Amino acid sequence: MTEREKIFTRIRDALKTQAPMPGHHGSSHKPHAISEARNAIAGARQWLPDPGADSAAWLEQFQKLSAELKTVVHLCNDEADVHSKLRELALAEGWRKVAAHRHPLISPAATAIALPALETDGGYDANEMAKCDVGITACDALVAQTGSIFLTTRSAGGRALSVLPPHHVVIAHRDQLVPDLPAAFELMTRLYGENQWPSMSTLITGPSRTGDIERILVLGAHGPRKLTVFLI
Amino acid sequence: MSDVAIAPRAQFFEDADRITHDTEHRRRIQTAMGKYYVSRYSRQALFRNWQEARQTAAETKWAALKELDKHLEAFERNATARGTQVHWTSTGEQARQVIVDIIRRHNARRIVKSKVMTSEEIHLNQLLEQLGYDVIESDLGEYIQQLKGEPPYHFVFPCMHLSREEISDLFENHLGTAQTHDPEELTMIARRVLRQKYIDADIGITGANFVVADTGMISITENEGNARLTAALPRVMITLVGIEKVLPKFSDLALFLPMLATAGTGQPLTGYNTMYAGPKQPGESDGPIEWHVIFLDNNRTALLADPQQRDALHCIRCGACLNVCPIFKNVGGLSYGTTYQGPIGSVITPHFRGLQDWKHLSGASSLCGACTETCPVKIDLHHHLLHNRRNAIDEKRGFLEGMLWRGFTFLINRPKLFSLSIKLGRLFQPLHALVKGTIFDPAAAWTKSRELPEVAHESFRDYWKRRQSK
Ligand code: SF4
Repeated sequence: MTEREKIFTRIRDALKTQAPMPGHHGSSHKPHAISEARNAIAGARQWLPDPGADSAAWLEQFQKLSAELKTVVHLCNDEADVHSKLRELALAEGWRKVAAHRHPLISPAATAIALPALETDGGYDANEMAKCDVGITACDALVAQTGSIFLTTRSAGGRALSVLPPHHVVIAHRDQLVPDLPAAFELMTRLYGENQWPSMSTLITGPSRTGDIERILVLGAHGPRKLTVFLI
Repeated sequence: MSDVAIAPRAQFFEDADRITHDTEHRRRIQTAMGKYYVSRYSRQALFRNWQEARQTAAETKWAALKELDKHLEAFERNATARGTQVHWTSTGEQARQVIVDIIRRHNARRIVKSKVMTSEEIHLNQLLEQLGYDVIESDLGEYIQQLKGEPPYHFVFPCMHLSREEISDLFENHLGTAQTHDPEELTMIARRVLRQKYIDADIGITGANFVVADTGMISITENEGNARLTAALPRVMITLVGIEKVLPKFSDLALFLPMLATAGTGQPLTGYNTMYAGPKQPGESDGPIEWHVIFLDNNRTALLADPQQRDALHCIRCGACLNVCPIFKNVGGLSYGTTYQGPIGSVITPHFRGLQDWKHLSGASSLCGACTETCPVKIDLHHHLLHNRRNAIDEKRGFLEGMLWRGFTFLINRPKLFSLSIKLGRLFQPLHALVKGTIFDPAAAWTKSRELPEVAHESFRDYWKRRQSK
């Protein structure tokens, strides 16, 4: 028997006796079907924090949480507005090199900054990326409920672009904002569905942080110290 | 496998005694936990119904374990379809062997790790260091503990017991950096040292918080970004995970991720929740060319076989039960001598490493139930401490204790003899003062820190008789 078979045999033997349902004390098993409402995604939704009723409320919630998390959010009228704000930021922070990926929103922005740029598509040198001051990416969704950004290796130029440079800039459209986590997971399933999954998807909630030293919050533990979102 | 030099019980009592008398240590823990309380419970209050959310989480885990074999098979099927290599190991020894084989096959030298609690369980670092590999912990707290040569103090807050001064000393000694007492500067020192390590490493080792069956993903929760870098830059990625970490559906994460964050640290969501579905796929710009997922049993199936305590496998390792535990806050995390500290550690360690060696942890509890109350997946923790006590006695009865109970049963069944013994007790109690605190004291264990209550001047029987005859 292989080790795999041995483990599965032990599991199946163990599962011959059923365990009591959670919350039902007593040693004898009382079988209950998991209530559909609880298990269904709509069920989880009604117990999670309230993201607000409409897209205006969601935006407000996203901005409020972002402020708590120290994510900077800029509301922009159009792409030209993003580009001019990006140029200001580049100047203010003294960027010398940017990293980006090929994308209808991102490529024009990288060009507009007019600095040497590394593109991750088709592979890159990690040492070169480590020298970049900023990583600019698109994303799949923004989540109002938690102030998060949902992106994947496919939508955001790989695994490292959004975590290795010290500043992560996200450019997104306002209609990418979803109210809550269940909606975000539904969206991801719609986008990538059966076995089309990118090898990495991540929910980013604020810049990199740690509280490991005396539980005092410090930003930029290993990942970006700054997270900026441009919302068109 | 166990490499404890002294008996776990003796070590526990010795360390617990020392730490409970260290007021500075306790103050530090209390301050940290005070901060936790504020953020956790205010975040929890934002849930529209936390109790229903808990019940749903508990039922989801219950259902996941009920069909654990099917979910693990589904994971394997979905993950291997994208080129992931899945390994199955029954013991720590086997898991270590699989890891060493992968490292050797790639002629790797440098290994970077993100937080992997299961690797503490199988003493992976010690082995890899012995074999001469350069192994580095990248989570800040774990890195500090690695420099200190100590296991993690708390499985969520690994170095919460250290002051910034101690950390500064550690950095000065090991890295030659200048003294600083600013947490931010200390963090930046570690950031600078570790950054190059990710880029240079041949192999990245991670743990996993959830194994998602229907999509063949693993999900990693972290705040620092070190796990993301560990999974992005090295050529080969290894994930070591316990077989119980399964969630049936991708959408289950929508509930579990915010609950883990709320119970663990009081955040709306932890900084990074990353789902890995395979090694680098065609058309992707980076990522490891090989990904190995190693499933570890290490006696988890023994716990699964106990239907009464099976729910201990629901644990999502949020650490909340440690944070609220009055015992943890007094004896400290290292006293436990276990990979998993606090109430959950006291419950599962006897299953993983032997009931008789670890039963004392189940005795070290006030049974206040704070752990059960706070657990986001409703594990019946304090009852499991009682179950462990019962099972330990059923398995091995103490001779003296047995005699004592038999004597008591004999006495209590004979009213005349019982009342006589009470009278004798009353008569002889004053003599106890003569031996109190000496080795002749029969009640020494009790009187060491307490007073023996005085035997009542009149027994209830006598009182009742007197009252009736009035
Ligand atoms: S037992 Fe419950 S409270 Fe304790 S760490 Fe596990 S999930 Fe958290």
